[in-house]
Amino acid sequence: MQLPRLTMLDAYMRMQRIRNFEERIVTEFSSGEIPGFIHSYLGQEASAVGTCMHLDDDDYIGSTHRGHGHCIAKGADLKAMMAELYGKRDGLCRGKGGSMHIADLSKGMLGANAIVGGSPPLVLGAALTAKTRRNGKVAVAFTGDGGSNQGTVFEAMNMAVVLKLPAIFIIENNGFGEGTAASYACGTDDLAARAAAFGMPAVAVDGTDFFAVHDAVGEAVALARAGGGPSTVETRCPRFTGHFVGDPQHYRANGEVDVLRRDADPLTLIRRRLIDAGVFDAEQFDALDRDVAAEIDEAVAFARAAPIPDEADLLADVYISYR
Amino acid sequence: MPRKTVREAINEALVQEMGRDPDIVIIGEDVAGGEGGSSGVEDAFGGVLGVTKGLLPRFGRSRVIDTPISESAIMGMAAGAAVTGLRPVAELMFADFFGVCFDQIYNQAAKFRYMFGGHARTPLVIRSMIGAGYSAAAQHSQSPHSIFTHVPGLKVVMPSNAYDAKGLLIQAIRDDDPVIFFEHKMLYDLADEVPSEPYAIRFGEANFVREGDDVTIVAFSRMVHIAAQAADVLEREGISVELIDPRTTSPLDEESILESVRRTGRLVVVDEGNPRCGLAVDIAALVAEHAFHSLKAPIRTVTAPHTPVPFAPSLEAAYIPSPARVAEVVREIMR
Repeated sequence: MQLPRLTMLDAYMRMQRIRNFEERIVTEFSSGEIPGFIHSYLGQEASAVGTCMHLDDDDYIGSTHRGHGHCIAKGADLKAMMAELYGKRDGLCRGKGGSMHIADLSKGMLGANAIVGGSPPLVLGAALTAKTRRNGKVAVAFTGDGGSNQGTVFEAMNMAVVLKLPAIFIIENNGFGEGTAASYACGTDDLAARAAAFGMPAVAVDGTDFFAVHDAVGEAVALARAGGGPSTVETRCPRFTGHFVGDPQHYRANGEVDVLRRDADPLTLIRRRLIDAGVFDAEQFDALDRDVAAEIDEAVAFARAAPIPDEADLLADVYISYR
Repeated sequence: MPRKTVREAINEALVQEMGRDPDIVIIGEDVAGGEGGSSGVEDAFGGVLGVTKGLLPRFGRSRVIDTPISESAIMGMAAGAAVTGLRPVAELMFADFFGVCFDQIYNQAAKFRYMFGGHARTPLVIRSMIGAGYSAAAQHSQSPHSIFTHVPGLKVVMPSNAYDAKGLLIQAIRDDDPVIFFEHKMLYDLADEVPSEPYAIRFGEANFVREGDDVTIVAFSRMVHIAAQAADVLEREGISVELIDPRTTSPLDEESILESVRRTGRLVVVDEGNPRCGLAVDIAALVAEHAFHSLKAPIRTVTAPHTPVPFAPSLEAAYIPSPARVAEVVREIMR
């Protein structure tokens, strides 16, 4: 815990934003205000934030269908994010992407991705741009235990090693691909070892522990920035919710999630660590939490009030030019 | 004016554009070749049919990038590089291989701009070989351009000659949208006059290969030459053919096709793709919808059959639309 106080504050705030955003989304989705499918990132906050704390706006990430957390961790505007989920014109993607395609290129966020295993090949490209321009930037591909079984991920890992690209693969092992357990669907319980077999450094860490993620990804990012090529970090972070909001989770034993929320809550863990270390006290955290709650309220109010897209937007932006 | 083959014209376009813009990189399998081999020979392939030969010694390995055989990673890397600032020209060696990487093309690159609310710019070119004629059989001979044409967000280019190949490829590279550039493998050695200086041909502007009064034939890529041979025969029989090569299927120069059919009153579309839900019926539908009352005879299409591409030379010859078939169809609607 050698981090500057402000860094730790920033990390906690980002994690709490994700927590509040996602909990609020569940409510708003259930009341019918948000259309489409929503995949919640609850329980995995430390993975996104521990990773993205090492990145600036010119470093890129590619995300997954469970992408809100990555988007927030990378610094996207909460109001524009919320408006996007509501399908409004003032959304990050003008209401044309939604939860599964939310993107903010100005923040180096190459998009959530509704195709499992879709992002890692794209992230190679961002890494190739960085390598070609020799600008010291890196690109991070998030995927999951489910995505880790996709050929695209294998191809991307091998290509990154062969071309020595400044790419980092984060395998967020949340225990389930949709409704099937990773213990069944992955031929090994050591997903990092698969990545290592492609010829890159790879470690598995407790993905509920911000500091563990932050340390491991810090090494990977430093190596990539120095021209040392790709790495993989498997972050083990069980999800608190179903595959999608509304999933009754018949595949999980009663009480499993209650135990996770009690023993493996990334927010509880970071808070306890920082209180124990005397960095912040409980009152300070409560005040921060109130600030975050207000930010989320504002984002929802903004999204509700925002106009729906113009009908003409249907045909806009398929091409830049079409002649 | 110097004569150059389609292969040389494409190579020249790549050399000239790469010399102009350092953001252009070539990505593909054996685009140079020889990396890691025991001979130490660099540029050992220069592309499987030699189209990218000479780029490596000129521009180096950082811009002429040989990859593993990993089409998804190639297409994804090119798309990701394009949306973050480079201008990649990726190679999908044979168009048949789109089956192992189409997600990165049609779900990712093609949709960035729309999904992201107009904030993305994806100046990507994918060069790929199409066409039967080499007895390369079912997985190296197809013409799946209709499938790409179906996808919103992609532009699709099908040059039929060296002049167009150079100008259209330069346009494709300078274009800010994803462009699929289909090269017919039977046309690489075809030569015609190609200016040495760079020039761009706008997309969506058809080439009137020959003008005529009795029937409009619309044909693409190699089929332009098949149709032209048919037109020569028909002309001797007193039938005057107007032959249109739209050059790009997306965007499609609908106006030129409609204007021509309104004059001739007859339409034959010649396409090497399979017939169902393909480019030929697409153009037939366009004309049926917008120029029906100008028609003096039924619209006809001449395409490959609804089969995979066969191996045996005799069967392959029967698969590919021939000048004789085109001429016969024209005679039928002239009766």
